[in-house]
Amino acid sequence: VSLPDKPADARLRLPPILELARARLRQGTKTSAWPGKDVTLPERFRGRPQLSPEKCPDGCRACVDACPVGAIALSPLRLDLGACLFCPGCAEACPEDAIRFTGDHRLAASAREELVVERDEVQLARTLDAEMKRVFGRSLKLRQVSAGGCNACEVELNVLGTLVFDLGRFGVQFVASPRHADGIVVTGPVTANMRRALLETWEAVPAPKLVIAAGACAIAGGPFVGSPAASDGLPPDFKVDLYIPGCPPHPYTTLDGLLRLLGKM
Amino acid sequence: VNSAVSTLARLKLPVRWTRNGAAVPLVDVPLLRVNDWRQAVTALCDAGGRLVALFPLAAPSGRRGWDLLAAVAHDRSGQLALARTEVPPIGVYPALTPDLPEAQAFERELAEELGMRPEGHPWLKPLRHSHREQVALDGRRAPPHEFFRVEGEGIHEVAVGPVHAGIIEPGHFRFQCHGEEVLHLEIHLGYQHRGAEGLLLAGPPQRRQVVAEAIAGDTTIGHGLAHDALLEALSGVEVPLAAQVLRGIALELERLSNHVGDLGAICNDIGYLPGASFYGRLRGEFLNLLVELSGNRLGRGLLKAGGVRFGLAPERRADFLARLELAERDLVDTAAATFDATSVLARLERTGTLSAQAAEELGVVGVAARAAGCGRDVRKDHPAGVYRFAHIPVARASAGDVLSRAQVRWLEITRSLTFVREQVRRLPEGPLSVALPAARPEALALSLVEGWRGEIVHAAATDAAGALAAYKVVDPSFHNWFALAVAMRGNAISDFPLVNKSFNLSYAGHDL
Repeated sequence: VSLPDKPADARLRLPPILELARARLRQGTKTSAWPGKDVTLPERFRGRPQLSPEKCPDGCRACVDACPVGAIALSPLRLDLGACLFCPGCAEACPEDAIRFTGDHRLAASAREELVVERDEVQLARTLDAEMKRVFGRSLKLRQVSAGGCNACEVELNVLGTLVFDLGRFGVQFVASPRHADGIVVTGPVTANMRRALLETWEAVPAPKLVIAAGACAIAGGPFVGSPAASDGLPPDFKVDLYIPGCPPHPYTTLDGLLRLLGKM
Repeated sequence: VNSAVSTLARLKLPVRWTRNGAAVPLVDVPLLRVNDWRQAVTALCDAGGRLVALFPLAAPSGRRGWDLLAAVAHDRSGQLALARTEVPPIGVYPALTPDLPEAQAFERELAEELGMRPEGHPWLKPLRHSHREQVALDGRRAPPHEFFRVEGEGIHEVAVGPVHAGIIEPGHFRFQCHGEEVLHLEIHLGYQHRGAEGLLLAGPPQRRQVVAEAIAGDTTIGHGLAHDALLEALSGVEVPLAAQVLRGIALELERLSNHVGDLGAICNDIGYLPGASFYGRLRGEFLNLLVELSGNRLGRGLLKAGGVRFGLAPERRADFLARLELAERDLVDTAAATFDATSVLARLERTGTLSAQAAEELGVVGVAARAAGCGRDVRKDHPAGVYRFAHIPVARASAGDVLSRAQVRWLEITRSLTFVREQVRRLPEGPLSVALPAARPEALALSLVEGWRGEIVHAAATDAAGALAAYKVVDPSFHNWFALAVAMRGNAISDFPLVNKSFNLSYAGHDL
């Protein structure tokens, strides 16, 4: 293997097993201390938005016009976190700083209408009812179905399995077969070509079972809202138990939602 | 380069030459009779060209039907050739594919989208809607296309997908096997079709950036940049130097995160778990650096037509570089173990081999091409933006197997690290964007970007009012899926996950 052309090249080469031991020692423990310790995301990270409608000039609709997906409505000013792509469009267009994205990653909610915010209040996800919590609270197996997801949500769900987030320590695991699953996590706007496979996967999951909509596409169509090739997210016949906003959702947003659902936050 | 240019000049082909990121007036692209066009395109490809795009343009007013525009890249001279032809209103024309296998997917797309009939195409199966009845322009109907089948004693068929076992996009794989050995693999995609090109062309203008960035989410910067550079070419603006440098930094961070993730995925599929753990964690370090730049782990929100939205303030650069350095140290430790472990090498060597000849014929791009010895790289051959001033050596290997693809990724990781470090140190001050003037009317432009998977092409034409009249996207996976199928021949079916991971192609990018 060729190494980068800098003085570090002179590093002592060891047999592979000892290289691994050295790597492990030098890296230390990388598993996140969250949820025991709060997480601080970079200053530029765009998490939960904060609206200040009192700052809106009369007749101004700069944010509405800038929003790529029609997630903003006026009088009163409100933002649909389910449709929002968390792009900087509205905040950049606003002349009065009435929309600002904070670094708060907590966004997941239990009901679709609770994703529409007027200031910065968010009704975060509620715990499953007592019986469902008894069944799933300590062990939840999920089957992921990508139904037109661009692979952004998918890679960010995969990341939950890395040693940084280590989803398994919370009793949650992604499984290979719907027959082994307690629910599905859907990504993508549900394309016409995936509709049937999604329904068949859902039917193959034994009851009782959960539906989780991850990302703006599965919740509301995302960048593809209105496209004739897709259906603006999960069809209404799916009763969604957890909505995880984002494009894609930050891994901590997803973890926060899952743990709230299971009553662990 | 000069000799390459003179060789091309001697061919005296009736085409319009242009370059990556330059707009040409539509009237300057010669309209050829279909046989002359076919001859010109094949002659160009024989002279070292590659078909990078083939797409329809509406025929000028007064004429019914469609014209076809072929764009051929000549890598040695850094030029792109454009040739246009008029297809009869019933859509029947002699297919390019029999002489030019790399045209196979483009012509299947034309048949599916417009009902054209490229005569002589050996496998005119729909690309994204195989389950639907196909209707040709002359009204002829064709039933859904069957899978290719191998017959004989001991032959069996394995069907996988569209829903796969992991957190992966959907696609269907149909294997024809004799025992463990794969004789033939047919890959059937289209499940991810979301109508991205239609939205780019006719959707609200403020939507375009987010659609381009979601063509393939793991290639947010690659596709976003190809789209922006295309609009800038049509408007005739050059973005400020600082923006060009920041775009290059973001593109290489995207390459780093994906290549590192892919090495982890390859390790995972051979059960080499320390590699899977370490690379998997290290991938996140680059995503987190993208958050510092853009506010999003995949780089969303950074790019806009005319420049970038955010810079990297001088006081933040030291921290950025320190984190890069630490990631590099841990990567080098991990790679030193991975590439010296005989248990790893034994599984990667001679698995999923793609020959240089197959790579050439199929028009393969990116890591898969370079691992088979085809040294094509847009950053060197057709440089745009910062790559005109800062060169990255092309990484290549020759065996074309999984090991070669892993080695090319590792080489590219080391070179991208060097590039990002140097560019952050030298980041110029100055404006980050310019306003975009109206696009030139009746113009055509192509924008090529070397994304982490390979060559991304966005092409567009404008109408008399300067509005978009055609928009074409070609993801590297559009060329490379077929190469994966070819590389599987003669391999054990149990090696498919490994070979698949070593290509790591995009379903969404192919399906659009």
